[in-house]
Amino acid sequence: MPKVTVDGIELEVPQGATVLQACELAGKEIPRFCYHERLSIAGNCRMCLVEVSPGPPKPQASCALPAAEGQNIRTDSAMVKKAREGVMEFLLINHPLDCPICDQGGECDLQDQSVAYGRGNSRYHEPKRAVTEKYMGPLIKTTMTRCIQCTRCVRFSEEIAGVDEIGALYRGENMQITTYLEKAAKHELSANVIDLCPVGALTSGPYAFEARPWELKKTLSIDVSDACGANIRLDSRGREVLRILPRINDDVNEEWITDKARYQVDGLTKRRLDQPWLRKNGKLVAASWNEAFAAVAKVKPGKSVAVVAGDMVDCETMFAAKALAGALGSSLLEGRQGGLDYDCSSLAAVNFNSGFAGIETADVVLIVGSNLRWEAPLVNVRIRKAVKQGAKVFIVGPEWETTYPVTFLGNDLAVLDKLPKDAADALKAAQRPALILGGAGFGKGALGACLALADKYKLVRDGWNGFNGLHMAAARMGGLMLGYAQKGGIADLVAAKPKLLIALGADEVDYTKFSDSIVVYIGHHGDKGAHAADIILPASAFTEKAGTYVNTEGRVQFAEQAVFAPGDAREDWTILRAMADALGVSVGFDSFEDLRAAMIAAVPALGVEGLADYGALPKGKAGAKGAIEAYPIKDFYLTNPIARASETMQRCSAELLHGEEFTEAAE
Amino acid sequence: MALADKDRIFTNLYGYQPWNLKAAQARGDWDNTKAILAKGRDAIIQEIKDSGLRGRGGAGFPTGMKWSFMPKEYRPDRPGFLVINADESEPGSCKDREIIRHDPHKLIEGALVAGFAMGARAAYIYVRGEYIREAETLFAAVQEAYDAGLIGKNACKSGYDFDVFVHRGAGAYICGEETAMIESLEGKKGQPRLKPPFPAGAGVYGCPTTVNNVESIAVAPTIMRRSAGWFASFGRENNKGTKLFQISGHVNTPCVVEEEMSIPFRELIERHCGGIRGGWDNLLAVIPGGSSVPLVPADQCFDMPMDFDGCKALGSGLGTAAVIVMDKSTDIVRAISRLSHFYMHESCGQCTPCREGTGWMYRVMERLRTGDADVGEIDMLQEVTKQIEGHTICALGDAAAWPIQGLIKHFRPELERRIAENVREAAE
Repeated sequence: MPKVTVDGIELEVPQGATVLQACELAGKEIPRFCYHERLSIAGNCRMCLVEVSPGPPKPQASCALPAAEGQNIRTDSAMVKKAREGVMEFLLINHPLDCPICDQGGECDLQDQSVAYGRGNSRYHEPKRAVTEKYMGPLIKTTMTRCIQCTRCVRFSEEIAGVDEIGALYRGENMQITTYLEKAAKHELSANVIDLCPVGALTSGPYAFEARPWELKKTLSIDVSDACGANIRLDSRGREVLRILPRINDDVNEEWITDKARYQVDGLTKRRLDQPWLRKNGKLVAASWNEAFAAVAKVKPGKSVAVVAGDMVDCETMFAAKALAGALGSSLLEGRQGGLDYDCSSLAAVNFNSGFAGIETADVVLIVGSNLRWEAPLVNVRIRKAVKQGAKVFIVGPEWETTYPVTFLGNDLAVLDKLPKDAADALKAAQRPALILGGAGFGKGALGACLALADKYKLVRDGWNGFNGLHMAAARMGGLMLGYAQKGGIADLVAAKPKLLIALGADEVDYTKFSDSIVVYIGHHGDKGAHAADIILPASAFTEKAGTYVNTEGRVQFAEQAVFAPGDAREDWTILRAMADALGVSVGFDSFEDLRAAMIAAVPALGVEGLADYGALPKGKAGAKGAIEAYPIKDFYLTNPIARASETMQRCSAELLHGEEFTEAAE
Repeated sequence: MALADKDRIFTNLYGYQPWNLKAAQARGDWDNTKAILAKGRDAIIQEIKDSGLRGRGGAGFPTGMKWSFMPKEYRPDRPGFLVINADESEPGSCKDREIIRHDPHKLIEGALVAGFAMGARAAYIYVRGEYIREAETLFAAVQEAYDAGLIGKNACKSGYDFDVFVHRGAGAYICGEETAMIESLEGKKGQPRLKPPFPAGAGVYGCPTTVNNVESIAVAPTIMRRSAGWFASFGRENNKGTKLFQISGHVNTPCVVEEEMSIPFRELIERHCGGIRGGWDNLLAVIPGGSSVPLVPADQCFDMPMDFDGCKALGSGLGTAAVIVMDKSTDIVRAISRLSHFYMHESCGQCTPCREGTGWMYRVMERLRTGDADVGEIDMLQEVTKQIEGHTICALGDAAAWPIQGLIKHFRPELERRIAENVREAAE
């Protein structure tokens, strides 16, 4: 632990800390552009210069200088002030003065730091540099004249995303950042470079010229586009959420979110259900709430009720529906819309037990039936980190384009019972072996074989649980905790032939099998579920209600309400409460607080933010059969009703996945 | 006290004899190299240290000490490498070209001796992209040495395995910076790395690496043969040895010549270059060490000892000893402005002060050339050079700043005269 002095403050800093980190520990702000905690050190912006003695009689880049015993660091000397002013002046001479029309305005590092550390006027009277725009795809808008060549975007795509998409061309003044051959950035996390860009060179395309940051209300929320539960911030104005940004949570998403999480936001205003609809003579007709509830009351289902929950619903909604079904005398609840029927008697067997931060430390990872890049891009980032630390990765399933070296073990699940020698040896020798069982693996019934494998290779050991189930639906773990799982999956519901089927935003169900049931669809988008419904009750999307979500790690997280639902749409729980009245039963809650209290009383883990405890890993039986032919996600950008309604996501799908060409309006 | 022919290291500097192995061996190269290697690593490094050889690439870092930074034990997973900097792109410098053209075996033998002394697995010779014929010669010479068993497996029957690879650059000046050269060797964009870690700790492919100039390496075998004492008998204290001087510009016979270090400037010019064009009174200024050092005005340079400390005492530097002589017909502002353009063109663009500052300086210099400026801008330009100097990752920022600082220091009246004249012309 070296001891250093920063502006007269003596302090001990951790071994391996840089001078910049030492200064921050001492409470000193060090301006920077290129330095970023999660990227490698480039040291090229030269904004973080400080004076260090002993050392050469010139300012030193603090981001790249290791803190050493006995250093005397000054961040407030005349030399440092002059150096910062100098660098700031250089950065500004070729930076356009277009802050009034720049989307970064108000949240621009260059703006802020030039106010704090610049000299206030310019002595540069020569012509300024202009740089042609670069095409980086439908999400990233470029204004490369504003670029200060900090190379954060280059380092992000190389180091975090693991794709060589962005790089620098030419040299000196003419250095330009661009994508390879100006092709669109195709990575699932590509839009994070927008957050990383300290200036307005890379800004959000779909959000261009929408709002200024100071106009926006900021609400803390949880992403529901996949099961990772990325922590997000909803920026809203009036009744509309205008953009979604990541929040920092080192345990979950670090500070990245997927492009889908970020850009499905425009789907929240499209194809919305804003009033009740009733099916009359095969056609949907608009109705009032009273008419809708009268129609529900007319069903008179008795005990013949089933509930199927969609991928994006919160725990409160699922609990309210469970309470309603319970009051009617039914416990036919299911959330696995696609027909999965894996054994849920122990949730430890279907949970991501290592945790996202933990999987980074694994030294051998066996992935069974998961295309991580599409199913959980944030987990993929973690695996890449593990590989950089030397981890080996083996994958059972069809080949996909990984961002790190892997060994594919073929599609046949029988391989789980008898792993090839290199994989078996690696797992045996590993200190922290891990297995990730994805949706395709669950689908082919590989859970038992994976549990047996976990037992054989001791995936659970002191301080380490390497058995991981990876889900794709934000509602999955919460649903399983609330009992949304039948032994035979959704087939049990079909077999029960319920008179009334309550569909909570369930858009992936094959409704033809429920042709004899009256389907009440409670959801927010006019998607597949609404098309099949007999009664449509318009509800709230995740931005329009407070709720509890459990991610695939079993991490309980709370989201807040940012805006109100459009039109006549209501919060989901109020609809279910009113349905209880219509059906003449009591569910035992009259307010959201009552509902939440009842839910926590039933499942206490849902009341505590953080990882839920699911107990010990059960034993499984070897003997997996079949082969994984394909992964469940066919189109990364269109996996849920919000994304399917989003123009941005549709364009991403068409352009990035299906190779359609779009020409810019100006061309 | 001029250097006698018998004391010259580069005996075929002018190419009067063939460069090939047979001729080189006749000149004494590859003569019992095995015996040199038999002395052992420490003895060779000590001998080079004793000779007082300072790096010939410009910075003048003691060569023996540099070699001693390499790890003592050989690790197969992290072998050491010698990188020989033949990316000679400094305006005015042309010594490495002559060595490679006419005496390539001196360099290859030096690579083996130096590589052995620092425990390197192989040497990479990074040749400037524009040196096409030179690279061809070098490829051929390396092949000759391989064929003769002088390098490769069991080099010179010493039991030491040593490879020499010739790598051609693509013509970027910045790749002459040692860490940029390493990046370029690895196939990346030639941009200097942050230091620390220094190349001796993590260089080519993360392995311990020493980067040396061609001349530093090429003189090593001769020093080993003729002893450190012989080499140290030339030049002043701390500036030992012989050196290739490259005199260009307004002298009667520009040339590359091997001379003793510390030879006074006037003697160097008189003896080898036939004096200044138009006589000594016609001398305006001298850039003693290639484009990146400040110029020295005529009245100070006559007795300047041409060595590291002598040039430094006059606020300049020996650099690569590329002496650029300018007589009074020179438009000195234009000359320096042209150098500014060179640095703007060659800046790699990685770090801010150099990327943005070199262009700014050049544009102001161009206006100062015509006098289309304000007197206050001279001070501003001086300040801008100070904002670049010492604030960058590599020394290119310094190299871009120094010529302008030299100009302002010594020729400020000339700059002011042009501005005044321009204002007068505009008024008329």
